[in-house]
Amino acid sequence: MKSAFRLGPARIVYLAFCTCVFVFLVAPIIVIVPLSFNAEPYFTFTEGMLRLDPEAWSLRWYREIIENEVWSASLVNSLVIGVSATVLATLLGTLAALGLSSPAMPGRRMVMAFLISPMVTPVIIAAAGMFFFYSGLGLGQTHLGLILAHATLGVPFVVVTVTATLAAYDRNLTRAAASLGAGPWITFRRVQLPLIAPGIISGALFAFAVSFDEVVVVLFMGGVEQRTIPRQMWAGIREQISPAILAVATFLIVFAALLLLTVNWLRRRGNR
Amino acid sequence: MSHRVKSVIPAILVALCAAACGSGGSDKPRSITTVSWGGSFGRAVNEAVNIPFTEATGIGIGVEDYNGGLAQIRAQVDIGVIHWDVVDLEITDAVRGCDEGLLERIDLNALPPGADGTPAAEDFVVDGRYACGAGSLYWSTVYAYNDDNIPGAKPTTMADFFDLEAFPGRRGMRRVPQANLEFALIADGVPLDQVYSTLDTPEGLDRAFAKLESIKDEVIWWEAGAQPPQLLADGEVVMTTAYNGRIFNAQVLEDQPFVIVWDGQLLDVGQVAIVAGTPRLKEALEYLAFATSAESLARIARRISYSPMRKSGMALVTTHVVAGVDMEPHMPASPANVARALRFDWAWWVDHQDEMNERFSAWLAR
Amino acid sequence: MAGSLRVSARLHRRAQLRAFGLVAPLLIFVGLTFVTPLATMLVRSVYDPVVADALPETQMLLKDWDGEEGLPSEAVYAAVAKELKRAGAERTLGQVASRINRVQGGLRSALARTERALRDVEQGPWRETMGAIDPIWADPATWHAIQATGERFTSRHYLNALDLQRLPSGAVVAQPQERRIYLRLFWRTIIVSSIITLLCLALGYPIALLIARSPPHRANLLLILVLVPFWTSLLVRTTAWIVLLQTQGVLNDLLVVLGLINDDGRLAMVYNMTGTIVAMTHVLLPFMVLPLYSVMRGIPSVHMKAAASLGAKPLQAFLRVYWPQSLPGVGAGALLVFILAIGYYITPALVGGSDGQLISNMIAYHMQTSLNWGLAAALGGVLLVGVLVLYAVYDRLVGVERMGLG
Repeated sequence: MKSAFRLGPARIVYLAFCTCVFVFLVAPIIVIVPLSFNAEPYFTFTEGMLRLDPEAWSLRWYREIIENEVWSASLVNSLVIGVSATVLATLLGTLAALGLSSPAMPGRRMVMAFLISPMVTPVIIAAAGMFFFYSGLGLGQTHLGLILAHATLGVPFVVVTVTATLAAYDRNLTRAAASLGAGPWITFRRVQLPLIAPGIISGALFAFAVSFDEVVVVLFMGGVEQRTIPRQMWAGIREQISPAILAVATFLIVFAALLLLTVNWLRRRGNR
Repeated sequence: MSHRVKSVIPAILVALCAAACGSGGSDKPRSITTVSWGGSFGRAVNEAVNIPFTEATGIGIGVEDYNGGLAQIRAQVDIGVIHWDVVDLEITDAVRGCDEGLLERIDLNALPPGADGTPAAEDFVVDGRYACGAGSLYWSTVYAYNDDNIPGAKPTTMADFFDLEAFPGRRGMRRVPQANLEFALIADGVPLDQVYSTLDTPEGLDRAFAKLESIKDEVIWWEAGAQPPQLLADGEVVMTTAYNGRIFNAQVLEDQPFVIVWDGQLLDVGQVAIVAGTPRLKEALEYLAFATSAESLARIARRISYSPMRKSGMALVTTHVVAGVDMEPHMPASPANVARALRFDWAWWVDHQDEMNERFSAWLAR
Repeated sequence: MAGSLRVSARLHRRAQLRAFGLVAPLLIFVGLTFVTPLATMLVRSVYDPVVADALPETQMLLKDWDGEEGLPSEAVYAAVAKELKRAGAERTLGQVASRINRVQGGLRSALARTERALRDVEQGPWRETMGAIDPIWADPATWHAIQATGERFTSRHYLNALDLQRLPSGAVVAQPQERRIYLRLFWRTIIVSSIITLLCLALGYPIALLIARSPPHRANLLLILVLVPFWTSLLVRTTAWIVLLQTQGVLNDLLVVLGLINDDGRLAMVYNMTGTIVAMTHVLLPFMVLPLYSVMRGIPSVHMKAAASLGAKPLQAFLRVYWPQSLPGVGAGALLVFILAIGYYITPALVGGSDGQLISNMIAYHMQTSLNWGLAAALGGVLLVGVLVLYAVYDRLVGVERMGLG
């Protein structure tokens, strides 16, 4: 215990280094937030902002994105596609995780590796393949095509999270319920589901975050009617970074923080 | 828990189905997708053409932005699913697309007559009369700089753009071979009337690439027309090639201290065309006729400095609708600006585009 | 005895079936929505029937032409004239011409020109007529190109992806110098990914250690700091780096204010390789920290104390006792970061400029701009094999179900 409190020069250097790494991780994201309130169309702190001159700060970029129907349409698209893909991925992924955590599952390791492969496959290859395949089926430039594609990309996250939760689940509870005369469905619903629910919700949030942030597949498969927020941001960054992008980014940062805190809370609840 | 699950699942299924079915009805009968160049030009087209068109006909318009090239059109025609209906093309791509069967043939006589009643086929300037599509606007690739960021002597010639010693700093250039090869030769001292004959020889081509190579490390490559003004405003580059209208709009609408160098400008023409095999051909034709009318072209030209390719349209262009400045001195074809202009030789590019694209992208990747 | 065995075997079989039944819907789903699309794309890298379908007679007649003795016979010219006209009428000429053009530059427009000129020609002699339309018809290279693209199954795209080409004689040789770009790009991708992996390790190891050795409450707080970038939209993070690193950006401003650089000596940190490496390190760092942390959490701190009580200096104790035990985490994190880095597309595309592009960006270029889908598929195939091999190694060493997610 003592060594933890001793502040030798080596330890000071070490802690300073760690602090720098944490700054590197978080600062770039934090910096965006005040810049989105810039009254001028610049991406740096103007003198007025540093003097805290109220004239230099404004909500004009927020007004711009709220009034712009392109952004509201893309928000609707992102939500429709994200929620549908999440529901699909969570249903299929949870079922599969239940099967995978049964000791009787044949070829468990192979199946697991197969189901998680969309997570490591370079997304450009997946998107290219999906572009040809879905276009051939008439699903190119449709919401349904994007929902299926995003569900596929979200599945590994659900499978991993729910399997991990199930690993901590005590199978004796199932046996105890069965010995009390409960059928498999009742046992699942009354005993197992409530216990693994935090894992399922975490998995669903991961899947939603994946879809909500996905841009490459949308670039290949989406048309005018399927523009999502990331697609809109992509166009903005490539063509003309207006500070309105920073306002959208600030929204997304707040949203990400909420997701993160929820998942963290669920995880701690699950650990208890 | 179980009750909640029970009530949630049907709701979810309904939502899924709604999303799936909703997408099925996406091709509403009277709506087309038009494709243009985004940014301030896209806004000008939207105000001058798209909004009045929808008001007049009730046909809705979805706008897609692109950065030139035939790739997306070719992909759609190859795959057999057409999403784009009307596209604003560079002339080279319009001619090539026509040859390859990617574009619908257009009968100019079916288009509305000029503002003075001249039949359309005669109202269009010669450059605007091709088999697929109709001429739209004269535009130009120029280079420009931010006056605030170049103290002392200012660049005035194309050679200055390539002169890293007199004008140190990064340059912006469009990530395509066209215009860049011409500019390189002009800067290297090739007279304007010999640029294309020089490019036509292997040695001339090597010379152009060698000149580009001399500034390659300092170049930031842009793709969208909206990028150059941004690069100049952010100070990311000291000078950049750009479409002249984008620089003009930044000057008059955003008060940016940008200066256009007209020396060696590449004067080009635009085309509006219809993708072959679109299931919305009737609406697309209606749009094309509206968008290339003298009045529409003049309305665009009063928002961004590209001049109409219809003779009767030119007379309708007076002042900028917002800034009120006289448009004439800012037009690429105005006498003062055209003095040291190179006319884009689209015929040369029709023959060499593929080769040049390949060589250019291999050169970039090296 | 035998009966109960049979019963238990039957029960086991039923449990197996039930487990499999639960997994089956997802297996089918992933098979349909993911594996089939990948497979159909990979097929494109070796199979291309367009030219063979459009010019069947030409291809058949060309089989008898050995390419040594000058130009093919009049019959071949007649066949190609007829089939070009038909392709023009059926609007497939563009696809045919663009494929032939990739083997021999300049042929696309020549073929289109020939087809246009032939529309009104009904009678031969075809060789003469076509030779007058365009000189390409007097060049054996044109016929070699038509012949080469006429194969339904081809190794052309894979050869091309590896900077090789097949000569008309059948010999496989390296591409000419100015066309050798892909091997260099694969190599660059590997180097950049390695640099990013090492940077992630150098930055991630100390903080993972700090988190693992902190009391639970503080560890949780620090973990959240690691997870913030993990959850924040990739596009937001990329925007952030552009804003920070650009010439008139926050970091350059700061350096100028601090007097470290001159106002006209601002550093170019974005739209080049530096931008790619910095932004990708930021994006991938959590994937290094999380596996490291989960391994380090399992290393009992008594080991270090025991080493110290036996007289080892802190550094020695760390190197001899702690580092070897944390190696599984290092392996897991490094492999994961490397796998994700070599397939990265978005960040290099947005902040990479021209020298910060990786192989994925070239695949996107051939998918969307040059439309050389066969080559895009072949480049993708090579990349995919590399990723899957690394993934298999990861599975063997770490186990895919332990892919750290926080």
